[in-house]
Amino acid sequence: MNPIFVLVEHRRGKIRDITFEMLGKAGDLSHWQGCPLTVVLIGWEVTPFLQELSGWADTILVVEKEELKNFDAGLYQEVLHQLIQEYRPCITLMGQTSWGLDLAPALAVKTGFPLATDCLDILTDGDQVKAIRQAYGGKVFTRVALKKSAGYLMTVRAGAFSPEKTEERKGEIIKQELKADLPEPRRRFVEFVENGAGEIDIAQAEFLISVGRGIGEEENLTLVKDLAQSLGGVLSCSRPIVDKKWLPKFHQVGTSGKSVKPKVYLALGISGAFQHLAGISGAGTVIAVNKDPKAPIFRVADYGVVEDLFKILPALMEKV
Amino acid sequence: MDIIVCVKRVPFTQEVDLEIGQDKKDIDRSPLVYALNDWDGYAIEEAVLIKEQFGGTITAITLGSEDDEEVLRRCLAVGTDKAMRIDPGSRELDGYGISRVLSEVIRGLSFDLILTGVQAEDDNQAMIGIMTAEQLGLAHAAVVTGIEVKDQSALIRCELEDGLEERSILSLPALLTIQSGINEPRYVSLMGIKKAAKKGIETVLLTDLNLTEEDLAPRTHIEEVYLPPDTEGADMIIGEPSRIAEEILRLLKEKGVRT
Repeated sequence: MNPIFVLVEHRRGKIRDITFEMLGKAGDLSHWQGCPLTVVLIGWEVTPFLQELSGWADTILVVEKEELKNFDAGLYQEVLHQLIQEYRPCITLMGQTSWGLDLAPALAVKTGFPLATDCLDILTDGDQVKAIRQAYGGKVFTRVALKKSAGYLMTVRAGAFSPEKTEERKGEIIKQELKADLPEPRRRFVEFVENGAGEIDIAQAEFLISVGRGIGEEENLTLVKDLAQSLGGVLSCSRPIVDKKWLPKFHQVGTSGKSVKPKVYLALGISGAFQHLAGISGAGTVIAVNKDPKAPIFRVADYGVVEDLFKILPALMEKV
Repeated sequence: MDIIVCVKRVPFTQEVDLEIGQDKKDIDRSPLVYALNDWDGYAIEEAVLIKEQFGGTITAITLGSEDDEEVLRRCLAVGTDKAMRIDPGSRELDGYGISRVLSEVIRGLSFDLILTGVQAEDDNQAMIGIMTAEQLGLAHAAVVTGIEVKDQSALIRCELEDGLEERSILSLPALLTIQSGINEPRYVSLMGIKKAAKKGIETVLLTDLNLTEEDLAPRTHIEEVYLPPDTEGADMIIGEPSRIAEEILRLLKEKGVRT
């Protein structure tokens, strides 16, 4: 039986959570299809990860080479391609992350396999593989069928699956030798840059007052700053505010900013892109104010106000 | 430095109630207003900034109908030198097919750099740029937040997760997918758009390209588009703004973040 491949994502000596979320889903898929589960671990000095991965998969394929120390889509793609040719996995899962975004589309061209990105769910219907995705900023869902193929590539949205081990697996380790040399790298890693560090740490705040695109103009930000000061909350924001350089990056909540876990998250004019919602999944209570009743944030908020925030802000200031 | 930028015209769906189309394969797009895909706006601006520094030419390419030329006009208005529309006719293409078409057209052009947005706002697939790079055998990088071109390479910044970025050096020619926030797209004046209206847009017919049925056959197809399933959702607070404010303040006290 052909295996299901899961690519282990790791960075700076740690396996990333998405790996175990993918393994949770791959465990389900292996039950339906009777496929063994194989994790693919590519990198350099990755042996410490083996302990953590054992029990999650039937096989752990390890490709360890110094030139694979830092993620390089070109080289990782070549390694995965060689492994796919040798083991012929029916499904290969990667994260919809900085790795997957660079790797999966190129691999789809190289292998000729159909690709579904940013999957919220993966369905099998007989020998047909389908994906549930979102479109139009999360306002609609789509069910996508992948053309019948010897293999399928899917990238998985962070947080879509729970990192649950359905059973203990034997975790046989195979140190894999490559059949062909790696190509000359065309990209050279220089350094990591911490872009989220600043004078406040929103990840530690108990009460966040967060502002999004709905604020409209930069000068209106003063209203929210004043409110945060009066209410004793910490100011945070969604991506568009940082993109426009209205606030520094360390205020940004979301997958590329900070994940937060306040007791209360007051979201003002934030529609709720999934990257933002992923960042507030640890919040105790979410109160959202947005004039669009269909804004995705209302699907996760505990309390919602459908109103123009410029009517609510002055009213709040008056009552404080 | 010759730069190609791939752009897309997309419907604007923020603060709009979407309806599912009759065949349930897409939303009803007829009442929607269209605009340049937000990420592609940053890609165009980045191309213009690089051209201002190093000279060269910028070519904007889109795949679509005559209506989609609107976004090419916008590109011309901000500093693109040439614009090209690939007309697919009635052919439905998926992400793979689009990358196949783009690469076939780009192969005949001179370039050092290809830029495109990380993803499109409508289908959120984030695959066409990197697929096109692979079709052309180019070095690539996704989610780019900074580019400094130096000779035949570029020092780039890529956005990772959790506030982390990576700096790396990529040899050119290469394809980069551009993340929002990399720059501040400039204001497009009406005068600029009027001037751009006079510039020519080259049209390429899909049928004139040397592509086979197999190249263009979709590998994925949408079976159904549907509105999100009902969730418990939020408890809605309704009433006059002053009552809403009182209720929010009451909740803040109840949750222990305010005395």
